[in-house]
Amino acid sequence: MPEPLLTLQGVHTHIAQYHILQGVDLAVPAGGVAVMLGRNGAGKTTTLRTIMGLWSASSGRIRFDGTDITGLDTPAIARLGIAYVPESMGIFTDLTVRENMVLAASSGPMDDARVDWIFSLFPPLKTFWSMPAGNLSGGQKQMLSVARAVIEPRRLILIDEPTKGLAPAIIKAMTAALAELAKTDTTILLVEQNFSMAKSVGQSVSVMDDGRIVHSGAMAELAADPDLQERLMGLSLEAHQ
Amino acid sequence: MSKMSENETTIAPKIVETGLVDRLGELAPLLLVPALAVIGFAAIGSPSTWITLTAAGLAMGMMIFIMASGLTLVFGLMDVINFGHGAFIAVGAFVGFTVLGYLIGWTDEPSVLLNLAALIPAIIAAMLLSGGAGYVFERFIVKPVYGQHLKQILVTMGGLIIAQQVIVMLWGPDEIHLARPETLRGSVVIGEAAIEKYRLVAVVIGLALFIAMRLVLNRTKIGLLVRAGVENGEMVEALGYRIRRLFLAVFIVGSALAGLGGVMWGLYQETITAHMGSEIMVLIFIVVIIGGLGSVEGCFIGALLVGLLSNYVAFLMPKASLVSTIALMVIVLMWRPQGLYPVVKAK
Repeated sequence: MPEPLLTLQGVHTHIAQYHILQGVDLAVPAGGVAVMLGRNGAGKTTTLRTIMGLWSASSGRIRFDGTDITGLDTPAIARLGIAYVPESMGIFTDLTVRENMVLAASSGPMDDARVDWIFSLFPPLKTFWSMPAGNLSGGQKQMLSVARAVIEPRRLILIDEPTKGLAPAIIKAMTAALAELAKTDTTILLVEQNFSMAKSVGQSVSVMDDGRIVHSGAMAELAADPDLQERLMGLSLEAHQ
Repeated sequence: MSKMSENETTIAPKIVETGLVDRLGELAPLLLVPALAVIGFAAIGSPSTWITLTAAGLAMGMMIFIMASGLTLVFGLMDVINFGHGAFIAVGAFVGFTVLGYLIGWTDEPSVLLNLAALIPAIIAAMLLSGGAGYVFERFIVKPVYGQHLKQILVTMGGLIIAQQVIVMLWGPDEIHLARPETLRGSVVIGEAAIEKYRLVAVVIGLALFIAMRLVLNRTKIGLLVRAGVENGEMVEALGYRIRRLFLAVFIVGSALAGLGGVMWGLYQETITAHMGSEIMVLIFIVVIIGGLGSVEGCFIGALLVGLLSNYVAFLMPKASLVSTIALMVIVLMWRPQGLYPVVKAK
């Protein structure tokens, strides 16, 4: 069996006096979309931020593509080919859409073919290319946030709740875009509360509770088992269709 | 990379509309400087006096902008409150004085070329040494207290005191006369108004620097990184850039600009003291707060407002001169509590 692209072994993270991650064990296989589910406060965002080095793991190991990245700083982790789309989107509102993309292309000038591909995924970005990003709607900002993550080829993208607060039409577009991205060499680790969306794009799933992974397996298995959903999350996917 | 079918992603593009009131609100700070000039004209009455005072106010504002621009970026980028910024102003002024002292034969000649040959090395030396002092200051004084505002205030004030005492050790405690080069002495007469040549030069240098700074911030990748870092440093790091290095570079450039401002301020006042930096810091903080912490454009407008108001009020009501700039700050903050151009910060 090939080694997973990303592995977390017994990762603990403290933020001030709070013990948030309490021994996270997670394996993300290369390719496709791995979804992380769990109720609010379970530790999903902290897991992504710990992988990205934005918060330090107090113990445990994080390996990416055979390299131990525990303790590396955020820029070093990013330069290994990991992109991060935070829940807040992290858009630079004072900069134009183009300038946001220019900065995201950290290794050199933007590739025109890739920009065209991104325009095909998110057409509004082409329309507002020279406009300040702060003037975009919430959905367009989310598109820009994901587009920024893929302006250069990445091995892994960590995406935190990309559909939160978005209109159904935008969620549909975002779902389609993520499915399209999953066809490339990029692996996506997606934190999502929208079960319907998660089910439609994810191949594997992990469920978090109280700072630990309490279930890992194929998304199809979880989607087909209402009892398991009820046990893990206290509700069923069917109720959210 | 395959394309998606159109109906999967086509969403009618729309943009958050900015209302007329919002757009006027954005332009309002730009109108403050001409509005103040018009009010000054009405209050002063004499056109020639108004021209002289306006030129003096603009020159003073430009020099304050040069000294304050680095401070506002340092605060915006890393939330560092640097009370020691005045040290770089004083270092620049004294280094400039020393170089000009060696080249006094050239500064006393009525030759533009010889005067420039003396001034340029003095400015370069002042900027290099104050930039170098900025590097040492950041590494040994600021770096250990990132994110701790109270400690920043204490240690940077301590750093300022040490720098002042080093200047006293090297150049003595007395006020030193700093003579302007021969071709910058005297005035240009326009109609009935006399404008000091040096003030015109200060306006030109300040304006050129503001334009250059805007070009760098808006047209270069490093400038975009600085603007992005002011808004959301964590995201800049997540894109693979080391914001601490960026901050160090901005700190050094800001210190070098303070050194340039120190030379210019010294030549403007024609005297320098070890405490000149801490004395001007009051005006610099007022300008940075009026402009909006982290905003170069706001800093520029704030500096011009402070320069003009100081000169107008000093002529009309000399006793009120000192409080006028503080009153200006209070009025601006009552109108815009975050300053003229508030910088958006990531939550």
